[in-house]
Amino acid sequence: MSPTNQSRRFPSLAGLGLVYAFLILMVLPLGSMADEIDAALIDLSDRSFEVKQAAVDVIAVGDDPRAATLLEALLGGNLYARDSDRRPVLVAPAPGGYRLTDALDGSDLGEVERSDVKKITINNRMRNQLRTAIAALTLASPDPAIRLKAAQQMLGDANPIVVEAIREQLGREDDQRVRDYLDLSLTLASLRDEAPAARLAAVNALSGSLYPAARNALTKLLSDEPDPEVHAAAEQALAAIEQKLKLNAAAETLFFGLSLGSVLVLAAIGLAITFGVMGVINMAHGELIMIGAYTTYLVQQAMPGFLDYSLFVAIPAAFVVAGLLGILIERTVIRFLYGRPLETLLATFGISLILQQLVRTTISAQNVAVQNPSWMSGALQINPALALTYNRLYILIFALMVFVALLLILKRTALGLQVRAVAQNRAMARSMGVRSARVDALTFGLGAGVAGVAGVALSQLTNVGPNMGQAYIIDSFMVVVFGGVGNLWGTLVAGLTLGVANKLMEPWAGAVLAKILVLVFIILFIQKRPRGLFPQRGRAADG
Amino acid sequence: MGVASVMRGDKGGQAMLAVLLVVAVVVPILNLVVPESSPWHVSTYTVTLLGKYLTYALLAVAVDLVWGYLGILSLGHAAFFGLGGYAMGMYLMRQIGDRGVYGHPVLPDFMVFLNWSELPWFWQGFDLFWFAALMAILVPGTLAFVFGYLAFRSRVTGVYLSIMTQALTYALMLAFFRNEMGFGGNNGLTDFKDILGFDLKSDATRIGLFLASAGALALGYLACRWIVTSRLGRVAVAIRDAEARTRFIGYRVDRVKLAIFTFSAMLAGVAGALYVPQVGIINPGEFSPLNSIELVIWVAIGGRATLYGAVIGAILVNYGKTYFTGAFPEAWLFALGALFVIVTLFLPKGIAGLVGMIRTWRRSRSPAGSAAEAAP
Repeated sequence: MSPTNQSRRFPSLAGLGLVYAFLILMVLPLGSMADEIDAALIDLSDRSFEVKQAAVDVIAVGDDPRAATLLEALLGGNLYARDSDRRPVLVAPAPGGYRLTDALDGSDLGEVERSDVKKITINNRMRNQLRTAIAALTLASPDPAIRLKAAQQMLGDANPIVVEAIREQLGREDDQRVRDYLDLSLTLASLRDEAPAARLAAVNALSGSLYPAARNALTKLLSDEPDPEVHAAAEQALAAIEQKLKLNAAAETLFFGLSLGSVLVLAAIGLAITFGVMGVINMAHGELIMIGAYTTYLVQQAMPGFLDYSLFVAIPAAFVVAGLLGILIERTVIRFLYGRPLETLLATFGISLILQQLVRTTISAQNVAVQNPSWMSGALQINPALALTYNRLYILIFALMVFVALLLILKRTALGLQVRAVAQNRAMARSMGVRSARVDALTFGLGAGVAGVAGVALSQLTNVGPNMGQAYIIDSFMVVVFGGVGNLWGTLVAGLTLGVANKLMEPWAGAVLAKILVLVFIILFIQKRPRGLFPQRGRAADG
Repeated sequence: MGVASVMRGDKGGQAMLAVLLVVAVVVPILNLVVPESSPWHVSTYTVTLLGKYLTYALLAVAVDLVWGYLGILSLGHAAFFGLGGYAMGMYLMRQIGDRGVYGHPVLPDFMVFLNWSELPWFWQGFDLFWFAALMAILVPGTLAFVFGYLAFRSRVTGVYLSIMTQALTYALMLAFFRNEMGFGGNNGLTDFKDILGFDLKSDATRIGLFLASAGALALGYLACRWIVTSRLGRVAVAIRDAEARTRFIGYRVDRVKLAIFTFSAMLAGVAGALYVPQVGIINPGEFSPLNSIELVIWVAIGGRATLYGAVIGAILVNYGKTYFTGAFPEAWLFALGALFVIVTLFLPKGIAGLVGMIRTWRRSRSPAGSAAEAAP
């Protein structure tokens, strides 16, 4: 209470003091302090360890992160002094001797002979001093990222000086992730405590911890722990960690599987409409996906400064471009081939070749670089052993959104009603006034548009090139056939199932063999259930 | 049954076989006897190219047998072709002996490269020609039998069957790309030296392979004609046109399908075995689904359900491919794509059907013809 009262009583005085303090701080580094550091840098290569220690103390004042790098180099024995002017330098081997870089500002100082530089030696006392200084420099940094890095680097350092610095920082640290690391560091340090009770407490604290350092430290402890009680506790703690790691690994596999599955669903769901509802085998489906991906590329080229928003423009653009292309294909080719599925297969395959070559001649035969917006990179860190990358996460969510949107269109809109009517009984639908030709074109356009949207999503995961569509066409057909033709839910379940199955098998079978096994499984499955997981019922199914 | 009875009524086939015979006699003469300076000389390169086309034609005949007469659109026939090719490739690989880069007496180069110490069990016996030739037929046949047995028994038909055959060849392609499979992985089998002791690079061997391809095509064609004109063939056509009805009449539809499908796969295997020594390489790309679809279009262009049409289609499209990829490499896929679309839209019966279409068009213009047509 009293300081507040005081400052209230003498506001002008307190303010004046602050201003003075500021002025002094501002001036000091410009003049005398810079000189002092320069002098200290020279002193580092002095013969006397006392002089060196004093120099370290001078350099360690302030919070320049480059000073920390310099001190770390000194601690690691990587700091040299140039004979000519005794400036501290970092060296790298070069043909003629050493290549020098300035230890403080990193500028290139050219090449010298090996005899022109001398290593700066340190003693044990200096080591301790350096550790303290580095810990203080980095742990006190205002940037949480630097503090986190420092905490990670010092992890498990049992040196009492470091431990003290960590404990001090823990008292004022407000970033939770840094706190976690500092806590862990202290616990790891006390694993080496003389007192078995302290070790036991540390072991128990580490039980179930997912940090790799915790697991390593416990494994190491097991080999040289004299106290049987601590030994047993460590074994238990390690078992708990293994258990948790297994769980996390399973969760990660599941996530990868769902991610792959979502890609399959995205690729296949347009096909589920054209093939499932209309009975058209569209071999150009993969190329419509490719067109969607190229639309993303062109959109990004057209708005170079707005990468982060490009996808929101690309999604509707790809839908429209691919959809219109689909309607064009339907009007010019497919409408003459209804009821002859094998012929549509051949004709659309021809179209797929033409589209591929079109992209090759107009844009490039090479892959193009589609960029990821900043919000797509990085990962959602669930815990130290489990991170979900944002791009896969968003694409999984996006796939579900597309699925729901399609389901709503088919079940809740007039167009959807007409589509289902035409699919079930064309003649009856026509006699009820449904313009079946228009519905056909729109349905095919919808399926093609969804393929285009899938292309936008896939452009964020894989290479975009003229051949990319071919990679998806067979998988897409597998998903639709496995799920049951004419059934959107079947496509969703089949896609996710196949994705997860693929990823579950990958660890022991390898990626390619897993894929082969999935293909063989589908081939065998279709023998058992020729109409897929969720077959269409009723007379319409007897094709 | 003689050749005459089998070929009765098949005018296109008779013409095709006659042309094949003439080519098989004339081309070797033009290659070996006529000096190189003469404009009539046929280069060995062309002979090999023709031989390659003939193996494709045999493959197309095999596809036409199942698609044209049985209604099964197989998108996996390149798999059978590829398996036959690999069987022959393995024999040719073993024939290299210690002349490989690494000079190992038994192991092919890629196995030495992978640090394998002994020949895997499935490579045993491939040093014998008769064994390899047998395998070139039996392996595709067995695969087709197993696949067909499962698929036809559970009545997987139409589009579903097409997609399954495509999955089959795709799975095989992925499998053969793996180095661990022991078939040379990505690079496949190549660097062949000789076959049955004859140098593969010599003109005479090339002519021999060309003649063997022509002979295989003629025999394969006759065999297919024999099937098509037999009772079995008529049941097959019935299945193609009304599968359920044929089943209700009492025919074992699945057995008929299985027999013809397996035979067709064996034929494709023979074509593959003849193809490999002529092009000098076999790699997993042969299994690519694209190849299987492409060869369906050969049949479609030539004329589905006319065996000689398949031969014409295969040779024409492949000649076009050779010409286009040399002259306008950019345009080839446009041309092929357009062919797919145009043939399915406007030429449902292919080139063979074109002749018939022109004939009916002419007849309808002459009054006598239209009267004759109106009479019955």
